[in-house]
Amino acid sequence: MRARFGLRSLALGYLFVLLVVPVGMVFYRAFEHGFAAAWDAVTTPDALHALQLTLLMVVVAVPLNTIFGIAAALLIVRKRFRGKAVVEALIDVPFAVSPVVVGLALILVYGRTGWLGDWLSQNGIRVIFSTPGMILATIFVSLPFVVREVAPVLREIGTEQEEAARTLGASPWQTFSRITLPAIRWGVGYGVVLTTARAVGEFGAVSVVSGRLAGQTETLTLFVQDHFERFDLAGAYAASVVLAAIALSTVAVMTLLQRRRRTA
Amino acid sequence: MWLSVIVLLPLAAVVAKSTEGGLDGFWQAVSSREAVAAIKFTLIASIVVVAVNAVMGTVIAWVLVRDEFPGKRFVSALIDLPFALPTIVAGLTLLALWGPRSPVGVNLAFSKAAVILALLFVTLPFVVRAVQPVLIELDREMEEAAASLGASPLVIFRRIVLPNLRPAIVAGCSLGFARALGEFGAVVLISGNIPFKTEVASVFVFSQIGNDNVTGAAAVSVVLLLLSLITLGLVARLGRVRHEG
Repeated sequence: MRARFGLRSLALGYLFVLLVVPVGMVFYRAFEHGFAAAWDAVTTPDALHALQLTLLMVVVAVPLNTIFGIAAALLIVRKRFRGKAVVEALIDVPFAVSPVVVGLALILVYGRTGWLGDWLSQNGIRVIFSTPGMILATIFVSLPFVVREVAPVLREIGTEQEEAARTLGASPWQTFSRITLPAIRWGVGYGVVLTTARAVGEFGAVSVVSGRLAGQTETLTLFVQDHFERFDLAGAYAASVVLAAIALSTVAVMTLLQRRRRTA
Repeated sequence: MWLSVIVLLPLAAVVAKSTEGGLDGFWQAVSSREAVAAIKFTLIASIVVVAVNAVMGTVIAWVLVRDEFPGKRFVSALIDLPFALPTIVAGLTLLALWGPRSPVGVNLAFSKAAVILALLFVTLPFVVRAVQPVLIELDREMEEAAASLGASPLVIFRRIVLPNLRPAIVAGCSLGFARALGEFGAVVLISGNIPFKTEVASVFVFSQIGNDNVTGAAAVSVVLLLLSLITLGLVARLGRVRHEG
């Protein structure tokens, strides 16, 4: 009994010191000078613009990655083709690549001296140090989540119902929208939540390709760093609290979805 | 198609850039003193972090599965927080607590310990989440049999539980290791990025991009890339062995 209690205190104590205290500390620092001060810090034009840009990243990257994720999961689980193992491995690559390397890679392709640089500048398209590059970076880092969540569900549900629908004359699209999609909806939901969290929180890759122009190419995470380095701690902490609140609600939604999926 | 445009093309560009000056150029860029120091420190820090994670992750998973206490669900949900929290916020949180204005009077900012702390924070969930499901599935009969034969709890753990958990622990550790190698956001604020001391490889890459030494940045990137791909390959291999076994 005593050993059990010891283990419990060890685990909880570790979590408390490593997770709870630091996160609580940021909340404390943000509201140290009152709620109004924190509110003022996150409603400056720069902060609002950063928030908007972050939302734009989410609005573009999440739907694209969701569609790609479902398609890729179907391909991996349901089809046999050459190089399947390679595709599977490739999908996980964004998890293993450092965000900074992702940023560098994008610069080398789309930057001024990059592979597509000449063509892009001739056509007056600016990717690096502007929004398209940041969107590409966000898509890259949040790519695997939906695939990883949907593929195991697809494997588990098998093909029987789909085959039954096909023999009854359903078109492929009908089969997908009536049979497959409802079956994988919790997996998709979970993947979307994870993708959103990552898109909101991406820092390294976006930081490299954005050029960090305040009020132009600054997302909320870049805003935090920028203001921290300019010793505007109030702004940095307040923006952090906004991000932390998004993270906490993500965790809450994840927990809810997990419970739903278990009972479904 | 989508995959190759988004993922493959950019990575190919990095590899191409790093070998622009031939293998010699690549080698020169990687073996510059600062690059070597950064890679070395990254590796050491990641190994320390993985070792701590292996122990603490298993302990936490154990407590979450085998123990009962009020608020357990809440704690279990909390484990995912480092995945959800933007890394730059993670860095700032740690700096708020362990930095120059530390309320507990411990200033770790700009030290190696701070880097390790930041990496521990972001890699916390990997081992816990890998071990937890295995522990839930684990049949208790063997443990009970051993106990009735007079084995002490420690012996039971070492001889019966641990061998069953080992693949999961290794898998969780490898994922955590890959993550620790490349971590940037959480480290950049708290480490101070002092070359030869607290500069990790990803921060080195970042500063070389800023200094227009793109070849050097690309070369170190390739080293990072190779290391994490090897780690990932190991995980995939392990997964396959477990499926077949």
